[in-house]
Amino acid sequence: MALRQIAFYGKGGIGKSTTSQNTLAALAEMGNKILIVGCDPKADSTRLILHAKAQDTILSLAAEHGSVEDLELEDVMKIGYLGIKCTESGGPEPGVGCAGRGVITAINFLEENGAYEDVDYVSYDVLGDVVCGGFAMPIRENKAQEIYIVMSGEMMAMYAANNISKGILKYANAGGVRLGGLVCNERKTDKEYELAESLAAKLGTKLIYFVPRDNIVQHAELRRMTVIEYAPDSGQAAHYRNLATKVHANAGNGAIPTPITMDELEDLLMEHGILEQVDESIIGKSAAELAA
Amino acid sequence: MSLGLAETEDLKAKNKALVEEVLKVYPDKTAKRRAKHLGVYQDGKPDCGVKSNIKSIPGVMTIRGCAYAGSKGVVWGPIKDMVHISHGPVGCGQYSWGSRRNYYVGTTGIDSFGTMQFTSDFQENDIVFGGDKKLAKLMDEVQELFPLNKGLSVQSECPIGLIGDDIEAVSKKKSKEYGGKPIVPVRCEGFRGVSQSLGHHIANDAVRDWVFDKAEGKPARFEATEYDIAILADYNIGGDAWASRILLEEMGLRVVAQWSGDGTIAELEATPRAKLNVLHCYRSMNYVARHMEEKYGVPWVEYNFFGPTKILESLRKIAAQFDDKIKENAEKVIAKYQPLMDAVVAKYRPRLEGKKVMLYVGGLRPRHVIGAYEDLGMEVVGTGYEFAHNDDYQRTTHYIKDGTLVYDDVTAYELEKFVEAIKPDLVGSGIKEKYVFQKMGIPFRQMHSWDYSGPYHGYDGFAIFARDMDMAINSPIWKMTKAPF
Repeated sequence: MALRQIAFYGKGGIGKSTTSQNTLAALAEMGNKILIVGCDPKADSTRLILHAKAQDTILSLAAEHGSVEDLELEDVMKIGYLGIKCTESGGPEPGVGCAGRGVITAINFLEENGAYEDVDYVSYDVLGDVVCGGFAMPIRENKAQEIYIVMSGEMMAMYAANNISKGILKYANAGGVRLGGLVCNERKTDKEYELAESLAAKLGTKLIYFVPRDNIVQHAELRRMTVIEYAPDSGQAAHYRNLATKVHANAGNGAIPTPITMDELEDLLMEHGILEQVDESIIGKSAAELAA
Repeated sequence: MSLGLAETEDLKAKNKALVEEVLKVYPDKTAKRRAKHLGVYQDGKPDCGVKSNIKSIPGVMTIRGCAYAGSKGVVWGPIKDMVHISHGPVGCGQYSWGSRRNYYVGTTGIDSFGTMQFTSDFQENDIVFGGDKKLAKLMDEVQELFPLNKGLSVQSECPIGLIGDDIEAVSKKKSKEYGGKPIVPVRCEGFRGVSQSLGHHIANDAVRDWVFDKAEGKPARFEATEYDIAILADYNIGGDAWASRILLEEMGLRVVAQWSGDGTIAELEATPRAKLNVLHCYRSMNYVARHMEEKYGVPWVEYNFFGPTKILESLRKIAAQFDDKIKENAEKVIAKYQPLMDAVVAKYRPRLEGKKVMLYVGGLRPRHVIGAYEDLGMEVVGTGYEFAHNDDYQRTTHYIKDGTLVYDDVTAYELEKFVEAIKPDLVGSGIKEKYVFQKMGIPFRQMHSWDYSGPYHGYDGFAIFARDMDMAINSPIWKMTKAPF
């Protein structure tokens, strides 16, 4: 099978790393050979697969050895659950240097050193907000072809999903990157499923899967394991397998997204009765002013 | 050689038509923008009628430099007893290494570092993890290898600003460690501003904040006299500042500082105690001159040491700031050099009379050298600046004649077309232009570095200037070439 490069994006704290690792574990169960490229300076994209706190990152090893040219692929790649290959770009401590450039350096290193050979899936797990060009690296030419946006029914998660769609659109025509779909990670907000479906429709894509909330995910996380490995017979594991099956069947079905404006997004929330019709006269007024 | 009224009107019409013709090849939007930078001087107007200090248009070949070039290359680089660190990847320092001929006296590598290249040589890791630690290490190495350095400056290349390195914190910390040695962080990242001009300004501000302010309260290192004077903005290209300094000294003045050609950090620190600042290149140092006037009450005057006419005016203008003794001395200096100047003019004027010149340079030269050409009977028919502001074009009106073609941030194409149409006898510009025009069969002098000659300032410089112009124009080689037009 041809190499498929996918990436998980979404608002910070939405559950990208958990969702992606569970999905990839399920894909590995199906017999796929997988490489994870963590693109977050926090380096927590592979902990559930490796049962480790955080693995040595490409950039920290490069700094130790002198430069990235001094590294071998074996130094930076760890093998985890079901043979999943794990790498982390890493980056500087907060407040110094350029993490975005770090992501670019790390991905180039992996490509040049043959990390992408003999795998079926490369999966990029990218930090919450695409703050600069470096973090957009995986959606640029010849990198991820399908982007999966992890979101929920919360306003800011939907806002982030829309922004990420804008980023994809920017590179879609030049590089062939497509939006694979939305993955809703349930937060139990009002009418969450309907909202996620409507947003997907507005963005010109579909809701690939709705992952229900289950505390078993936290139990597995505490053990640094995926649910697939921790409780393979659980209902939640079945959900992740369903998601993996959908992703696997989704090859070539990505769409060029049609991001919407902030107003349209608010209208969407109003349509579903989440946001009440805004009374323009109260905007910018404090409680005391309104009482007067 | 003044033209009659009808001839002047004819010249203006011709130049205006030429500008229109040249603009024709551009797309509408570009033509509209470039039109504002090309003009024909109208006598009596307060400026040259051109816009300036605006971003160059992508795609044209501009001759401009960047803020790093303005700070490292122009203002700071010539301070000889400091080590100037090109902070960032290796290229900026390496490819500009030794390209300005700021002469200095000293033992290179021991107490002077002008022709050396120091860089932090950024690698990928330094970008990703930040370069502050490397900078600190570099400073320690400089201290150990070159213990006689009198200070350091950090000249920021582009990535420093992008990754947000805290070079100020490193500079302060190391200065403290080295017993208060001046360490000057300069935020002259190349992407700032539209040309090298902002780099001059940033470098001036760095002197204010990191030299003057730090030196405040320190005891004076010299006994002040009534005749202390500082030369500002002479970069000693081919020895220019030396040829200027001797005239001031002969007048009985004491030059306490040279900014920055053959200059030292101690001279910078001493300058607020001078009685007068004399400013040659207005563009690159008017900021610090104004600051010294406002904060320390040091007055400043602009002067021009190109050619005997302007030197005479300038010596009198400077002397007017002092007592009668200095004024008398100025007259003596003028009288002393008059025979030498007469001899130079007698020798070269017959060979150069009536020759037409077009200039395109930076800083002060597009106006300042006009008098020197006129002393030789030559005429500047077109001039322009790389990075001037409107106040430079205002000053230019005192030098140029009605109908002169003026071009700001001229593109390679425009300059070529202008020269082709006007057919001057000499073009004075930079190294990138030199071979273009020589291949067109037009004599050329490199007016940034004096074509490896100089000095051109002062009386001594004028003799060399006259010889060089004659050598370029009257070389027998031009009889052997056939111009394509």
